[in-house]
Amino acid sequence: MNYVMTVDRTDTHDNVIGQMQKSLVSEASESRTDIKMTAEGVSVFYGDKQALDDISIDIHSKQITALIGPSGCGKSTFLRCLNRMNDVVDGCRVAGRITLDGEDIYATNVDVVSLRGQVGMVFQKPNPFPKSIFENVIYGPKIHGHANTQDDIEEIAVRSLKSAGLFEEVKDRLHAPATGLSGGQQQRLCIARAISINPEILLMDEPCSALDPIATARIEDLMWELKENITIIIVTHSMQQASRVSQQTGFFHMGVMAEVGTTEQIFQNPVDPRTRDYITGRFG
Amino acid sequence: MIKTNKKQVQKRNRAEARFRAYGVLSLLAAASVLFFLIYSIVSNGYTAFYRTTVMLDVELDAEHIEVTPPYSRDALMQGRYSSLVKSALYAQFPGVTDRRERRELSRLLSPGAELAVRDYVIDHPDSFGSTIEIEVPLSSDFDQLYKQHLPRSGENIRFSGQQLQWYDWLLEAGRIHYRFNMQFLFGGDSRYPELAGIGGAVVGSFYALLVCFLLSFPLGIAAATYLEEFAPRTRLTRIIEANINNLAAVPSVIFGLLGLAIFLNVFGLPRSTPLVGGMVLSLMTLPTIIIATRASIRSVSPGIRQAGLAMGASPVQVVFHHVLPVALPGTLTGTIIGLAQALGETAPLLMIGMVAFIANVPATPLDASAALPVQIFLWAESAERGFVEKTSAAIMVIMMFLILMNLVAVVIRTRTQTKVE
Repeated sequence: MNYVMTVDRTDTHDNVIGQMQKSLVSEASESRTDIKMTAEGVSVFYGDKQALDDISIDIHSKQITALIGPSGCGKSTFLRCLNRMNDVVDGCRVAGRITLDGEDIYATNVDVVSLRGQVGMVFQKPNPFPKSIFENVIYGPKIHGHANTQDDIEEIAVRSLKSAGLFEEVKDRLHAPATGLSGGQQQRLCIARAISINPEILLMDEPCSALDPIATARIEDLMWELKENITIIIVTHSMQQASRVSQQTGFFHMGVMAEVGTTEQIFQNPVDPRTRDYITGRFG
Repeated sequence: MIKTNKKQVQKRNRAEARFRAYGVLSLLAAASVLFFLIYSIVSNGYTAFYRTTVMLDVELDAEHIEVTPPYSRDALMQGRYSSLVKSALYAQFPGVTDRRERRELSRLLSPGAELAVRDYVIDHPDSFGSTIEIEVPLSSDFDQLYKQHLPRSGENIRFSGQQLQWYDWLLEAGRIHYRFNMQFLFGGDSRYPELAGIGGAVVGSFYALLVCFLLSFPLGIAAATYLEEFAPRTRLTRIIEANINNLAAVPSVIFGLLGLAIFLNVFGLPRSTPLVGGMVLSLMTLPTIIIATRASIRSVSPGIRQAGLAMGASPVQVVFHHVLPVALPGTLTGTIIGLAQALGETAPLLMIGMVAFIANVPATPLDASAALPVQIFLWAESAERGFVEKTSAAIMVIMMFLILMNLVAVVIRTRTQTKVE
């Protein structure tokens, strides 16, 4: 017994940390299911300016992945690459490879509309269509041809609103304008709208930054429920939020992915000094 | 204790009071000018909505009219009613037998008097043989005399003392009436002020605006949408944009010349018609509509576009499902303002010949026609006293339409504002 202990002590300090990391990673990957989405060496350019440099990350299925980092670090840009929302930005170029279930989403034969049908998105500012609540949640199913009969449409509307935890609040005014809802309700309506087309992945770009703490808590509860069926990637400014909701966290810093790991590891035992400084509040 | 520099405070307060006074003064000046304008137009023009008539007992004698049964509409239109009306007037004055005197007496009546009888006969073809009481218009000079626009005596009076006596006798006999002038509202233009109507010009302007709207609204929206949503940002599109903005400031007479050169001379479209008028006016309104539409498309929140795209809508679907419905009120407001501008536009219509004298109310946009602003221009040029009130009344009519159109624009704007809130 003593002997063994001695041998352990002879190990270099670095090795010990390396082993700890390995065990953490392997432990985590055991609990993780399959990988839904992968980014390999993704770089994004706006004209001559490089916004992202060589980002690689695996997104695990039916988990919540949080992307954190200081303002302007590129986390939203990266998120928008995942459903090709950057396509519409003039002068934006994406290099590298992003795969969804092993399929390159930037391949020429990929239909952007179908991709966005599988990768939904919720934005920072609640942006319901200036139509009725009902019309908001049935728009997606209608244009994607998921709902053809009036019964289908109503069933989808009710199911989406229920999944987003909004149905009870709005069931008496489904045909009232969506813009009349409160900010938190509007954001949940946007989530209902996004999940109305049964996406496999939901991208959330700082979905709570315009909301008060109570509305934020409701959205976070909702994310926990949605995680049962949907892979969620959330960009957030709030480290508390990332630690509360996510299983995996990626830390962005000035266009590079400084560190990625389980949320537990990133927050309790960050390896990269920049991550440590950010999490302990030394900058950001 | 709050430290104040008394002098500075006084100075500042005085400056503010002065500035307020300037504002109130300029507002008062503008309001009084507007009031004076409206007052002078209305006080000059309201009498044009009335005209004086004289009641005559007309014996409807088929032989006199020179028509024979069956009384077809065409035959009745061709009939001679002049002597019929005149003899009815002479019957009022049995003492007047001299031919020259009788001719003078007949000048009390408008040339439209026989037309009034003709219209009655056409409406009642079974009334031949009977004597009817019918009101026929007085000639313009006596109409103006009744309205006290002309003096009874003095220099340059347009009637003889004897005519005045006859007129006074008719007045005393209670045969002269002051009636609402339907012919002014619904009739066409005429050489005689008492018969001239604004109806032909209103219908002509309506057709021209209709053509203008049908052309410029879809074209304007399509152009604005393409430029704002789809066009690549190249040097070419920037040049096009700059030129559209410049076009809005081009004098309208130039569009008229363009219409003359292209629509009339190259395409050979019929001259003086609301069709060509509307096409020329649409050249003028297009830049206005494009600019208004682009502004309202640009003001649609980008969040809505992103939401649409993220829901898997194609760029065209995003535009048609989300952007245009939100931009539509602004577009409509711009369109109505553009049309209101076009309604008052005279110069381009002069260029394509809508200034011709047209006595008919146009039935289709392909008939030669007058237009409201041109009608005002024509009447303002006429020498007869009777056209002065017509000019003012026509201005009242065009202003009424302008106010109506602007009201519609305001209603659309406020309704959508409350909807967004």
